[in-house]
Amino acid sequence: MNLHTLTALELRSRLDRGSVKPQDILADLRGRYEAVEKKVMAFARPPSFEYRDGAAAGALKGIPVVIKDNICSQGDLTECCSKILKGFVAPYDATVVERLKKSGASIMGKANMDEFAFGSSCETSCFHPTRNPWNLDCVPGGSSGGSCACVVADEAIVALGSDTGGSIRQPASLCGVVGMKPTYGRVSRYGLVAFASSLDQIGPITKDVRDNALVLGVIAGHDDRDATSAHMDVPDYLAEMEKDIRGLRVAIPREYFVEGMDADVRQAMMEAKAKLESLGARFGEVRLPHTDYAVAVYYIIATAEASSNLARFDGVQYGLRQTGGSKDESALVGMYKETRDKGFGAEAKRRLILGTYVLSSGYYDAYYLRASRVRRLIREDFDKVFKEYDVVLTPTSPTPAFRIGEKMDNPLSMYLSDIYTISVNLAGVPAISVPCGFTGSGLPVGMQLIGRPFGETDLYRAAFHYEQGTSWHKQKPKL
Amino acid sequence: MKYEPVIGLEVHVQLKTATKAFCGCANVFGSKENSNICPVCLGLPGSLPVLNEKALKAALKVALALGCQVRSFTKFDRKNYYYPDLPKNFQISQYDMPFSEHGSLDISLEDGTKHIRIKRVHLEEDAGKLIHPEEGADSLVDYNRAGTPLLEIVSEPDLHSPDEAYAYLTDLKLILQYLDISDCDMEKGSLRCDANVSLRPAGTTGLGVKSELKNMNSFRAVRLALDYEIRRQEAELGDGRLVVQETRLWNEKKQMTLPMRSKEEAHDYRYFPEPDLPPFVISASEIEEARQGLPELPKEKRGRFVASFGFSDKDAATLTAAKSLADFFEACLKLYDNPKKIAHWLIGPVSFQMNSRGQDIAGLRLSPAFLTELIDLVETGKISQLAGKEVLQEMLESGKPAAKIVEEENLAQVSDAGSLSAVIEEVIAANKKSVDDFKAGKENAVMFLVGQVMRLSRGKANPKTAREMLIERLKA
Amino acid sequence: MPISRDDVKHIAHLARLGLTEEEISHFQGQLESILEYVDKLKTVDVSRVDPMTHVLDLKNVYRKDSVSPSIDPQAVLKIAPAAQGQFYKVPKVIE
Repeated sequence: MNLHTLTALELRSRLDRGSVKPQDILADLRGRYEAVEKKVMAFARPPSFEYRDGAAAGALKGIPVVIKDNICSQGDLTECCSKILKGFVAPYDATVVERLKKSGASIMGKANMDEFAFGSSCETSCFHPTRNPWNLDCVPGGSSGGSCACVVADEAIVALGSDTGGSIRQPASLCGVVGMKPTYGRVSRYGLVAFASSLDQIGPITKDVRDNALVLGVIAGHDDRDATSAHMDVPDYLAEMEKDIRGLRVAIPREYFVEGMDADVRQAMMEAKAKLESLGARFGEVRLPHTDYAVAVYYIIATAEASSNLARFDGVQYGLRQTGGSKDESALVGMYKETRDKGFGAEAKRRLILGTYVLSSGYYDAYYLRASRVRRLIREDFDKVFKEYDVVLTPTSPTPAFRIGEKMDNPLSMYLSDIYTISVNLAGVPAISVPCGFTGSGLPVGMQLIGRPFGETDLYRAAFHYEQGTSWHKQKPKL
Repeated sequence: MKYEPVIGLEVHVQLKTATKAFCGCANVFGSKENSNICPVCLGLPGSLPVLNEKALKAALKVALALGCQVRSFTKFDRKNYYYPDLPKNFQISQYDMPFSEHGSLDISLEDGTKHIRIKRVHLEEDAGKLIHPEEGADSLVDYNRAGTPLLEIVSEPDLHSPDEAYAYLTDLKLILQYLDISDCDMEKGSLRCDANVSLRPAGTTGLGVKSELKNMNSFRAVRLALDYEIRRQEAELGDGRLVVQETRLWNEKKQMTLPMRSKEEAHDYRYFPEPDLPPFVISASEIEEARQGLPELPKEKRGRFVASFGFSDKDAATLTAAKSLADFFEACLKLYDNPKKIAHWLIGPVSFQMNSRGQDIAGLRLSPAFLTELIDLVETGKISQLAGKEVLQEMLESGKPAAKIVEEENLAQVSDAGSLSAVIEEVIAANKKSVDDFKAGKENAVMFLVGQVMRLSRGKANPKTAREMLIERLKA
Repeated sequence: MPISRDDVKHIAHLARLGLTEEEISHFQGQLESILEYVDKLKTVDVSRVDPMTHVLDLKNVYRKDSVSPSIDPQAVLKIAPAAQGQFYKVPKVIE
């Protein structure tokens, strides 16, 4: 039986019928892992295929879930694929993990990622780069590259990622899976190792839209432990998305279809638009005039917050500790500097320096404060569009998967690969990436649907009906 | 040249809430190290803060008691710096929008009161505690205190002498105690004070270079440190040197301020709005509600005691100098409608007992019911004033009610001539000189003889009766 | 805007990053080009725009002042790089 190729809902019905036991799924996944992991390298460390039966019975009873290495699960290593968090065993469960466990899911293991989610290629992991299952010479995208790669490689049924500037959607697009970045405040961040607190969200990465809706339904909802969590009821996404999309108003932003977009990506987008039109969606062109500033705003705000969030990694309580330092500094300062120098990779240091700089005395107003103002303009752009439209359609990434090493020495070009996803985090709105085709060289292309705040239902509806009318999501890489 | 000191004080006060500012850990002093800790106050990866509602309510009380303007919109900011007692290497504090500012405190001085402006009051989290063992190359960290709600109360540089600083601290502490929001115990660190001091030529209005004084563990130490620092700065300026802007630590052993040993760097705290905490909107009605809920503050209480009971300013001040004493007084008043007598007992014999035992009123084994019963026994002549003091002493030792002590110790006042005459005869026989003096016209000598009667009767004799009987007997 | 090596050193000190000379040169150039890129924000008129820190219109989020259990200190002390008894241990802090 190839249980590993099935979706959570498909397994659910077999589990309910009793034709499959949870242990069977794990045994099957173990076989798959042993067969392909050495090629893909999607995990941060070997997962556990032991079935840990919680008493809970819910929507995910018996379904194994892979989570990104920046989500705390009690008693497990949570190292954010960094050296500095080496040996950090979380003494508590993230709220999403608590909810997964309560729904009967078992946490199978942790997926590889860019160190502290700093990256768009999964190359900055301190362990190893993850490879794109469609072409092992290419990156899977990032930072949730491991989560996306293990889902498309059938090493996992479903996975969780986190998205600060596109870290779920961009790798979902590059790997050909479904990835949702929910509305800011929709899913609790408690237990997610913070990168940029005002931008981070956890979301599901799945083989199809239905599974995605299923998992979001489990993890979403208000949490007392996260003051930025919204008091909003969680809709029955699975039921809601069945409603057809006739009359759904879809906007195409002019600023997103400009130079730099790969020809195959453009082609896939045109076909996706035609498909949605055939399903009854109505299209119109809109302006998101501040789009051009999004990357700049993002790299100021995200790095500023990160420089503060990551200050706690100092060798005092957990993780790496190095001593040394120069003679004219105290042993304490020496410990801080050596620990952080040895513990952080180049990309992390680069962002910590930028983030520290934009907050430092004399520069705060020019950078951080100004960026926070432009951020509001970006949000207002979306507010205007959503007065007349239900969703916005864009590519998820301007290009398909690029080759490993290609952008490592050019941070700015790496940053620009998030150009279509970043505005979404700045505005706090939800967006989903759905497979919508392949390039001539056989790499997946994803489209992004952006919704109004708490408009996940619209996104699932559009994505689900689109998916029903296509077969992109059924394609599997040959491994 | 004559210099005028310019002093500003920064007071940190821990709020007495059940839990910490941003997590549910118990906010208690004296637990075993690192036992009141959780992912939030340890700043573990992934943890998030949520503000304790009580902490902001308590903070609001202080702001209103100090006459501050409360902002309708306030937020928290991160203050970024590295120190091992700061688990996240940033402190959740308030930067450009403190929840309250522009208040004042009228401090009581020997020659009247003085208006001291308060710049701001803001809410933040306390850090953990570092211990530096004498031996070894390590410091030890205890995070029990990390995350305790902390108010920072910053005065304007309106204080001009160590005594004024002392008075400010005393009066501020009294208000905080009346509000019942903090233990205000400097030894336990629930109240801490740093001082900024500079000198300027007398009669000018500019500001000189200041030094920041830390590590004072009592109000007395603040006064001594300021006194020392003012003299030190005077000497520097007098010798034609300049005062260096620096942080100096008060050394209690050496009784002097010394510059910090660690290299000081220019602070760049990189404040920015705390993204994990949405802002707070404090409505006019909430402010009004908090205002209505304020207890009577020391100044008002003093005024009322003077106006309603006819107390002197000094007596009113003594009675209100500790909230516990003022509360005790008012509890007595409900049981016994004689404010003057109660005040007399509290300021006199009871204060004597508190001082000799080093206790406050709460530490004494005394209830308002017991004290008023005792006062009543004295006032109705059942026991003498002198015996009353003895009963008080015994009451505090044994915890027995006054009437029982009077009965057991046979202290009831003796007024009948029959019982007293034997004592009087004994006194006359034993004090021939005084008897002669009296007979020679020194009327005052009778006072001594009355005293002897009181002594011999162990205070039970009614002194008025004894005096009358003595005079009658000696003139006979 | 031009970034000097001393600027990078100063920022690295604030961020407690002990960089090598080589890293300093490397980051000097990269920081400069990134700052040059973000300078495009200077062209936006933000004179009448309030800064946005929170995308949701949340306010007054509190918790009740009721005690919840603390964690077992051993759960965290056992992964501490250095501990003594129930204390965390750090290189001596000099004041």
